[in-house]
Amino acid sequence: MKIVATKPKSLTGAKYHYCPGCSHGIIHRLVAEVMDELNIREQTIGICPVGCSVLAYDYFNCDMAEAAHGRAPAIATAIKRLLPDRFVFTYQGDGDLASIGMGEIVHASLRGEKITTIFVNNTLYGMTGGQMAPTTLLGQVTTTSPYGRKAEVEGYPAKMCELLSHNEGAAYICRTAVNSPSNIIKTKKAIKKAFQTQAKGLGFSMVEVLSACPTNWGLSPADAMQWIEEHMIPYYPLGEFKVKGE
Amino acid sequence: MQRVLMKGNEAIAEGAIRAGCKAFFGYPITPSSEIAEYMARKMPAIGGVFVQAESELAAINMVYGGAATGFRVMTASSGPGISLKQEGISFLAEGELPCLIVDICRGGPGLGGIQPSQADYFQATRGGGHGDYYIIVLAPSSAQEMMDFTMLGFELADKHRSPVMLMAEGTLGNLIEPVVLRNPVTEFVDKPWAITGCKGRQPNIVNTLHMPVEELQARNKYLTQKYEAMRAQEVRYEEFLIEDADLILVAYGIMARIAKKVVLTAREIGIKTGLIRPITLWPYPYGVLNKAAQTCKAMVSVEISTTGQMIEDIRLATEGKVPIHYIGEIGRTPNPEEITQQLLVIAEKEGLR
Amino acid sequence: MAEEKQVLFAGFGGQGVISMGQFLTHLAMHTGKEVSCALSYGAEMRGGTANCLVTISDEEISSPLTENPMTAVIMNRPSLDRFEDKVKPRGTLVLNSSMVDRLPRRNDVEVLQMPVNMIADQLGTPRVANMVLLGAFVEKQQLLDIDQALEFLEVVFKGKKESVITKNKEAFLIGVEYARKHWK
Repeated sequence: MKIVATKPKSLTGAKYHYCPGCSHGIIHRLVAEVMDELNIREQTIGICPVGCSVLAYDYFNCDMAEAAHGRAPAIATAIKRLLPDRFVFTYQGDGDLASIGMGEIVHASLRGEKITTIFVNNTLYGMTGGQMAPTTLLGQVTTTSPYGRKAEVEGYPAKMCELLSHNEGAAYICRTAVNSPSNIIKTKKAIKKAFQTQAKGLGFSMVEVLSACPTNWGLSPADAMQWIEEHMIPYYPLGEFKVKGE
Repeated sequence: MQRVLMKGNEAIAEGAIRAGCKAFFGYPITPSSEIAEYMARKMPAIGGVFVQAESELAAINMVYGGAATGFRVMTASSGPGISLKQEGISFLAEGELPCLIVDICRGGPGLGGIQPSQADYFQATRGGGHGDYYIIVLAPSSAQEMMDFTMLGFELADKHRSPVMLMAEGTLGNLIEPVVLRNPVTEFVDKPWAITGCKGRQPNIVNTLHMPVEELQARNKYLTQKYEAMRAQEVRYEEFLIEDADLILVAYGIMARIAKKVVLTAREIGIKTGLIRPITLWPYPYGVLNKAAQTCKAMVSVEISTTGQMIEDIRLATEGKVPIHYIGEIGRTPNPEEITQQLLVIAEKEGLR
Repeated sequence: MAEEKQVLFAGFGGQGVISMGQFLTHLAMHTGKEVSCALSYGAEMRGGTANCLVTISDEEISSPLTENPMTAVIMNRPSLDRFEDKVKPRGTLVLNSSMVDRLPRRNDVEVLQMPVNMIADQLGTPRVANMVLLGAFVEKQQLLDIDQALEFLEVVFKGKKESVITKNKEAFLIGVEYARKHWK
């Protein structure tokens, strides 16, 4: 009998607390598979955010730290500077990274910190009940934009890849999605490339992953995948925005 | 014994390096910036890390990350910056991450001024951030103590797995005095909890989240016991001529030295005066003050603050046994002559002249 | 309690007020004394008046601050206005008469005057004006042997260009001479 799929060593196997149809499970697995393939689990330190993935330290089978809201890049900076031969990654949602932690992520990328950020964009604050995030799309209804986000009132959705790719210290910036098998494969490739960028010491690397939140979007898991395709990707185009060293 | 002239702020930085501090994360603010400048010059030479953070928040969270790796790390700031750092200090306390936080105090509230102050007493000794926690607060009173207490601070931080604060007035940060350079620390405690990559062991997790009620309760109970142990082991203070004193001054930091001169002058005038100097502002020497209140006739809190902050701890300590007076102002360090004048008025009021 | 000798240096930022204080502090430390030098700092220093207070004692220093120093070295007029009344009775006021255009009102203090900037200009090095005054001050107060002081200058200026050290020594000696001639 041939084993075609197994649990990555870099996951603990603890049961996820995520809602049905949530993309975090897929993205965790992709990160873990990359850690396995690069054989870096024992040299890796991960930082989790505040948000739905706050408990990620229970799922990743490597050294982990839990950060205050938005501060993961600052914590990762210190760890990487003190332990430069380790792999350091942050795993952050859109409220964490693009709102309260905007300062930390911008400056970590400006400094060219040799860390990898996995940025999960599902257009809202999931854990606190579906409030508007900087990434909420125009017209999108959330509990704090109940009449739909309006540009003249709430401003425009944050395009983090576009923003950070302008920073000289950013070495690899890529946006992917996990709404289809082919996009999932591309996401894994991007995550691997980000870790390899870190290994080469080229600078800051980030993969933004467009992700589904069926619960707060009020959609079935299948419809949520469709919503990513129809609403998110047109505003948040997929692809590599910055590739240093190629 | 070789002595070197150093500014208080430089003595802190040099003391930190001698204590084995491997990283400094900070943000410039008067009157503490010389610490960062010293570290920026020295850290590269010793293979250490210096990062000028984008904000006080980032700086304290870098301390969180740095401390989590097990290295001795620190930051330094002044009142407005320490206010911003409080989020991180709360997390450091709960995460049990040893580190040194230096507060070279300036006047507040708000931007206040850059002149010396002791009005950060509340935010230093009362936790400052959210949640049930305390941190050890050391108050040096000379350039030598700036170095010595910095080294002690790192030691206590490791001993109790807790952030430690060193709090000094801007005056002291800028005071130049001879300093005996201490020998570098060569032995450090093991930190098996540190996150360094899990080679050959189970993964470590540095975390401050405890969602199940029972877990949160147990965690807080554990921390409370730790604070009790600190109270039992770490109270530090200095007494000066209190045995026969009718009037006892209570002062810390630079004010303790000024008060010492006041004590001597007052005694020349014929008022039996003494001084209690808390060295740890938390844990506070409640017992020492309580005992002294049984024999003296009145106490005076002398602070660089207009409202008075430490005076509340004196009241707590003395349980209403004696009247408590206050001498203080903000914006400058009062001179011994002025305090003596005010003390004479108090002595008169208390019938001690 | 051992006597704590306190000297205040005051003037404009840039007049070398702080260096004078630091020099005296170094000097005291190297002669085995306890010493403390309190600096005004921050925005106070930029463009405004600068001052520093040096306390010297044979024993541990209690207060590094005082309202009433025994001696004040005054480099400009605003400093005289601010500190004249603070000096202890029977204390000493040392004045840079090039920059102070009035006489002190006090008659219970010793007043020593010196046209510091004029002398330094004659030397062709206005930047060492403070050293001229310091030389005179050290001589007058008999703080230490002049040869020792010159040796000590080498220590304080260690790492500086030889010409800088020479200039400062020269200025210091002119101050010493001035004190011997005019401050007897």
